[in-house]
Amino acid sequence: MAFAEPLQLQSGAVLRDYKLMYETYGTLNADRSNAVLVCHALNASHHVAGYYADDPKNVGWWDNMVGPGKPLDTNKFFVIGVNNLGSCFGSTGPMHVNPATGKPYGAAFPVVTVEDWVAAQALLADRLGIDQFAAVMGGSLGGMQALAWSIMFPERLRHCVVIASTPKLSAQNIAFNDVARQAILTDPDYRGGDFYEYGVVPKNGLKVARMIGHITYLSDDDMAEKFGRKLRGIVENGVAAQGKYKFGFGIDFEIESYLRYQGDKFSEYFDANTYLLITKALDYFDPARLHDGDLAKTLAGTRAKFFLASFTTDWRFSPERSREIVQALLCNRREVTYAEIDAPHGHDAFLLEDARYMNLVRAYYEQVWQEVQTKEGA
Amino acid sequence: MTFDDLKAARPDLAFIAHWVQPGAHVLDVGCGDGVMMDYLQSDKGCSGYGLELADERVLASAKRGVRVLQQDFEKGLGIFGDDSFDTVLCLSSLQMMKHVEDLLRDIVRVGHEAIVSFPNFAYWPHRMALLKGRMPVSKTLPYQWYDTPNVRCATIEDFRELADEVGLEVMECVALAEGKIVSVLPNLRGELAVFRLRKKRST
Repeated sequence: MAFAEPLQLQSGAVLRDYKLMYETYGTLNADRSNAVLVCHALNASHHVAGYYADDPKNVGWWDNMVGPGKPLDTNKFFVIGVNNLGSCFGSTGPMHVNPATGKPYGAAFPVVTVEDWVAAQALLADRLGIDQFAAVMGGSLGGMQALAWSIMFPERLRHCVVIASTPKLSAQNIAFNDVARQAILTDPDYRGGDFYEYGVVPKNGLKVARMIGHITYLSDDDMAEKFGRKLRGIVENGVAAQGKYKFGFGIDFEIESYLRYQGDKFSEYFDANTYLLITKALDYFDPARLHDGDLAKTLAGTRAKFFLASFTTDWRFSPERSREIVQALLCNRREVTYAEIDAPHGHDAFLLEDARYMNLVRAYYEQVWQEVQTKEGA
Repeated sequence: MTFDDLKAARPDLAFIAHWVQPGAHVLDVGCGDGVMMDYLQSDKGCSGYGLELADERVLASAKRGVRVLQQDFEKGLGIFGDDSFDTVLCLSSLQMMKHVEDLLRDIVRVGHEAIVSFPNFAYWPHRMALLKGRMPVSKTLPYQWYDTPNVRCATIEDFRELADEVGLEVMECVALAEGKIVSVLPNLRGELAVFRLRKKRST
């Protein structure tokens, strides 16, 4: 959807006009009370669930959560996925033409924040005629957007579903992000962000950035179990030799092979400038900053009911971070449900199948659905 | 959920529910399947939260629409501020806690009133079992000694002493059998001890 009105960003910059890609699932009911907005995290998009007729392999990033009969049931709810500004999946981003110069934005694309994204999402909701969402939901960076919704537009959502998220990044989180950014910025093919013009892609930088990120998504135990110190087999004189070191800097261990593969795959489809922008949006998110760091004060104006979940082995956004949000909500006597799922998969757990997690989200949305029905009947 | 539903499901909780003021802000420590909070919310207009640790109970509570927080309350109630609640419930959970005294002190801190229940170890069939040289197994203590989750065994008189020590004043204390009050020889004939407590006024 194209927006011709300029968007004022937190940085002071203005996007003259812009486009937001979105997908919807299910049907909006007559009183427009069953809409749920699903916000994406770092490398995902508006393509939340299902697959396209002409691209059956491209399954939505939260397909186990969203769809007919799924925990967020699209037979009941009207679900919207939006691609955020600055991303590389269709919404206006650094690879698009800057109307001021006629050339791709590149590094000139303004730094966007979680709040900017939410403001744009709200404009999209206006266009779609949705005054109030039954719920706004997201995991990780998506959870930050849901939380920002509850602060910025308290009357526009009845439920706020925040999974594996945090009220702000820690120094360690920012440190990892900066290493990733440095990998991109120092790749000679980055060309100051204008690599599009040179027909190159800073693939090595992107690859390393993704490898670093990926490490933080997995738990130590999970990695140990999946890869341990397993070695890649080598071929010696035409015979497969197991358990031998290569005494070089190629791939010895399975974990190296896995990470490099993940990095390569990522660098094929993701945009380097987008990676910089999104990690910066993560770093900047800290809504309590406007309230002297007092999160309870920050959340005092919220009206939504909350559902939060964290995962015990998530060390990127650990349960403590979710508990900070819970505690601030309790101070304000908000209605909050909180689950701490003992899953082994680290931060990634929020995207993975786990019966306890899925059943709880399902149970919660069942309550949301009952409210929608009561509202309809009234 | 109506009072009759609660009474049919859990006569002990139906009795205790009378002690919770309508509209009270309640914390249910060890809320189980959430039946008590469900009743208090739907019939008495109460608000508040249930605390649970076990996944299946958290799910059961969420299904009832109870605001359940998954937390190991053995580690205390640090997530709640002082005087956050009108009433803190700790029903048939205390006997499973390792840090009973710490938890009670925290209950005093976060709530104005508390209602605590636990199986009365001095219930006469338990005494009989001990006289016969065996650990008691009954409806309120339905476990063998080697598989019981109950790590603390107390009698009504024992608890009264501890309550006093942690700064709680006993407002009412009853012994229940089959959900009904036992007024004659409660420490002998009551299977469930129920205490209604409040913070001692500092003098």
